[in-house]
Amino acid sequence: MAILRKDLLLERRTLETVPAMAMLAVVTFIIFHFGLNQNQVSGQLAAGVLTITLLFAAMLGINRLFVAEREQGGFDAFLLAPVDRTAMLVAKAAALFLYLLVLEVVALPAFALFLAPPHLGSSLPGVLLILVLSDVAFAVIGTFVSAIAVHTRARDLIGPVIGLPLLLPALIATARGIGPLLTQHATGSPPAKWLAVLALYDLFNALLAYAVFDFLLEE
Amino acid sequence: MTTHVRHLRGLTIATAVMLTVSLALVFFYAPLDAEQGFIQKIFYIHVPLAIVSLAGFTLGGVFGVAYLRTGRREWDMRSYCAIHMALIFAVGGLLAGSIWAKASWGHWWVWSEPTLVSYLIVILLFCTYQPLRFSIEDPERQARYGAVFAIVCGAFVPINFIVVRLSTQFLHPRVLNLEGGNLPGSMKLAFYSSLLAIALLFTTLMKYEMAAKQTRIETRRLRRRLLGDDALRPLGRSAAPQ
Repeated sequence: MAILRKDLLLERRTLETVPAMAMLAVVTFIIFHFGLNQNQVSGQLAAGVLTITLLFAAMLGINRLFVAEREQGGFDAFLLAPVDRTAMLVAKAAALFLYLLVLEVVALPAFALFLAPPHLGSSLPGVLLILVLSDVAFAVIGTFVSAIAVHTRARDLIGPVIGLPLLLPALIATARGIGPLLTQHATGSPPAKWLAVLALYDLFNALLAYAVFDFLLEE
Repeated sequence: MTTHVRHLRGLTIATAVMLTVSLALVFFYAPLDAEQGFIQKIFYIHVPLAIVSLAGFTLGGVFGVAYLRTGRREWDMRSYCAIHMALIFAVGGLLAGSIWAKASWGHWWVWSEPTLVSYLIVILLFCTYQPLRFSIEDPERQARYGAVFAIVCGAFVPINFIVVRLSTQFLHPRVLNLEGGNLPGSMKLAFYSSLLAIALLFTTLMKYEMAAKQTRIETRRLRRRLLGDDALRPLGRSAAPQ
């Protein structure tokens, strides 16, 4: 809990990661607008644009997650502290999850403004539900990957390279789940199949990360 | 580190015999496929390669668990060699599958085919195993992170197949389904014998790789004892355990 508070405090004071993530998301929407040459996207295309944009922005956050710990010796201090090592995993994943929520608060209105997907308003609860579930997957896998990558030489490279394949099932489920919500004649409720897949994938990864995270912090 | 590589000669002979027998069965005993003709024979290579490589990835994860539990370096060596060999088999399986797809479906690559796509994702994931190890200098940490990666990704293999399969319709022939497959008996015999042959080939090659690495480490140790530290070139960075 203290680590989470420290991370959030640090982020609020320095405003380092989250604004960069939000900026990247907005710029990516603009690039998509010109790249696709469309004023409005809908259906699966809209879902893909949204998913990919959030993925890129999340990657920034994932890369930065442990940098402060490494540069300022936070790992050693943490290992000296009489707490369970899993606390680090939980705190970092929670911080990343909150970053992603803030990111989406900025990115969704920008998405609606720039790319005008149909029915975003009426199917907003469903979209939000899917995004929250996929944020959990991002947070857990991101923390795990970031903890591996931060100790390697080419850490900015290793993180995304390992992270992307691991995130693929979650990305598939997110994109396919949001797709039907943004079509011209959407019903407004997300497909139960993809919700279940996302939830199970979250659970699976949380258990796995919990099992192996200890070994990533040993000295 | 003492990984005793045993039974290497017997295993090699068994593999050679089994490969010959299974190839003979495939080409002379199993009947020609009624629809696809001769090209269907690649099925006896492609499917075993794919199954064995996936099993090899999972095996790497199991060895990774053993390494983290015991902390003994030979498990790291086993895990590394299993994943290394499985990756080679997987690329072979992917190529063979692509040739078969071109022949029977008319395209080198079919996106609507879940088995193909999830297989590609798994290969891409395990392609990062060596770069990950290579970018960690401390050998002990390299082994530990390699094991963690092997466990997570080994568990990821089946999950990934389920998710990708959900997202598309079926096109791939189901060889090993719950009803026991849809192959006639003679084809089934040829298929299982080539599966066994490829599995033996995997084991043998993996053992050879371990023996080679073992010998190199041993030679280095002996040279150091004989000639002193100065006679050896410093170890370069390596992805392999050393």
